[in-house]
Amino acid sequence: MEQQQLIPHLFRTEFRKITAVLCKTFGIEHLEIAEDLASETFLSALETWTYRGIPENPVAWLYTVAKNKTRNYISRNQVFTEKIIHQIKHDVTESEEIAIDLSDKNITDSQLQMLFAICHPSISAEAQIGLSLRILCGFGIDEIANAFLTNKETINKRLSRAKEKLRLEKVKIEPIDIEFAGDEEINQRLETVLTTLYLLFSEGYYSECRDTVLREDLCQEAMRLTEILMENQLTNRPTVNALYALMCFHSSRFDARKDETGEIILYHDQDETRWNYELITKGAYYLNLASKGNRISKYHLEASIAYWHTHKADTSEKWETILQLYNRLLQIEYSPFAALNRTYALSKANGKQIAIVEAEKLNLTENHFYFTLLGELYTNIDDKKAKQNYERAFALAKTLPEKQTIQKKIDKL
Amino acid sequence: MEEFALIMRHEDGQKIASPEQIQAWMKQTMDWIGGIAAQNKFSSGTGLRFDDARVVKSNKTVTNGPFGEIKETIGGFIVVKADSIDEAVEFAKGCPVLQGEGNTMEVRRIAKGDNVH
Repeated sequence: MEQQQLIPHLFRTEFRKITAVLCKTFGIEHLEIAEDLASETFLSALETWTYRGIPENPVAWLYTVAKNKTRNYISRNQVFTEKIIHQIKHDVTESEEIAIDLSDKNITDSQLQMLFAICHPSISAEAQIGLSLRILCGFGIDEIANAFLTNKETINKRLSRAKEKLRLEKVKIEPIDIEFAGDEEINQRLETVLTTLYLLFSEGYYSECRDTVLREDLCQEAMRLTEILMENQLTNRPTVNALYALMCFHSSRFDARKDETGEIILYHDQDETRWNYELITKGAYYLNLASKGNRISKYHLEASIAYWHTHKADTSEKWETILQLYNRLLQIEYSPFAALNRTYALSKANGKQIAIVEAEKLNLTENHFYFTLLGELYTNIDDKKAKQNYERAFALAKTLPEKQTIQKKIDKL
Repeated sequence: MEEFALIMRHEDGQKIASPEQIQAWMKQTMDWIGGIAAQNKFSSGTGLRFDDARVVKSNKTVTNGPFGEIKETIGGFIVVKADSIDEAVEFAKGCPVLQGEGNTMEVRRIAKGDNVH
């Protein structure tokens, strides 16, 4: 790999590892120092490699430099050092030198603990996602800004506020959190972690951001972080498997959802030969593992719904099952999206007339999907009403691809 | 927005209907609840089993049903969010147990910190 590609590549894979390990060593209140030291390490690589060429083992080079920079920082900053030594006394040997352990095991452990520390109820969901992208996924600030369709300043502000909050709360990222926490405690904290991973995945899957590579990256990172949870037997729980299955099923349709021009292809019109069957099989495997628990989470229900969508044929069994899954999902957690999809399933299982009556009660008149659904339901029943609803949907739709999709439906009537 | 309990009173389905019929009622009930949940008006709820039930009387004697003088008894309830008792009544009207003659739906406002209960 050429240096031009190598450094960004290593940045993506190694920055997060170095940051996680340093942060675990120092404590989360020193997250910024960990981040700075990791950044400086990459700056050194950029400078040194340009003149002297790429070293034989670039990763080992980065780790050595990171360790040296950390040692230098510690010896130069007496105040910081005293605080750190005080905090991690139990880890410090007689020589009072802090060991920076960049072994695979410690990297994995550190990342898992960072995941729990960042996904903390004290900071907003948006900030949790931003911090996860920065610290656990090694995303640049401009990439995060891009993904959230906002600017760098907003993201920088959001991240520093979140870091400040974590500093104040002194969120513990010691092993005790996971290894000695009770079952109930893990479940509670895991809930927040899973919500963040779910949102991170959705950000990539549903984002209006045009950059397909970036969106796919977000989804893959969400899956990678979920895999970290599955690698540790204490956090490898049925809900985690259910979320992972859900991600597999959704990802399997990633390529089939949009055409070359970025226009959305609706599920019904998708070419199923473009679905990724390897991911579908993987999803089915994890959904099966997920069924071992005694609690049915919203991830179980959503994964099951996604599983049934991998069967393209319109059977009555399929839509009846999907309808009942949505009925249960909505009892656990309401969302307009689930309400609309439930009504669509109702039309498939019980007929359009029944679904129209239910749809009229949904009261989602700000939502263009609502009018698209009504347009769909009225088609062939009352085409005039179908057209009126599609036109309202067209007026409410925000993006060009969405407007194009609706226009096509109007033309078809 | 207030909460109301919609209490279903009906006969023990197991005694009067085939498993297929019970399954059909089950689906109707689930669709009814799903319809309320799709309007973001569902709070909680549960079915109550008819088998292995007991009644404890004031003299502490324990009997296995019947639960009252009438054969229709509480089969389950759901709690819904509604702006008024009338809105709650509209939800109750959709409940499939009302297809059975003699069955009823009772609509009751949930008491919450109003110092009455």
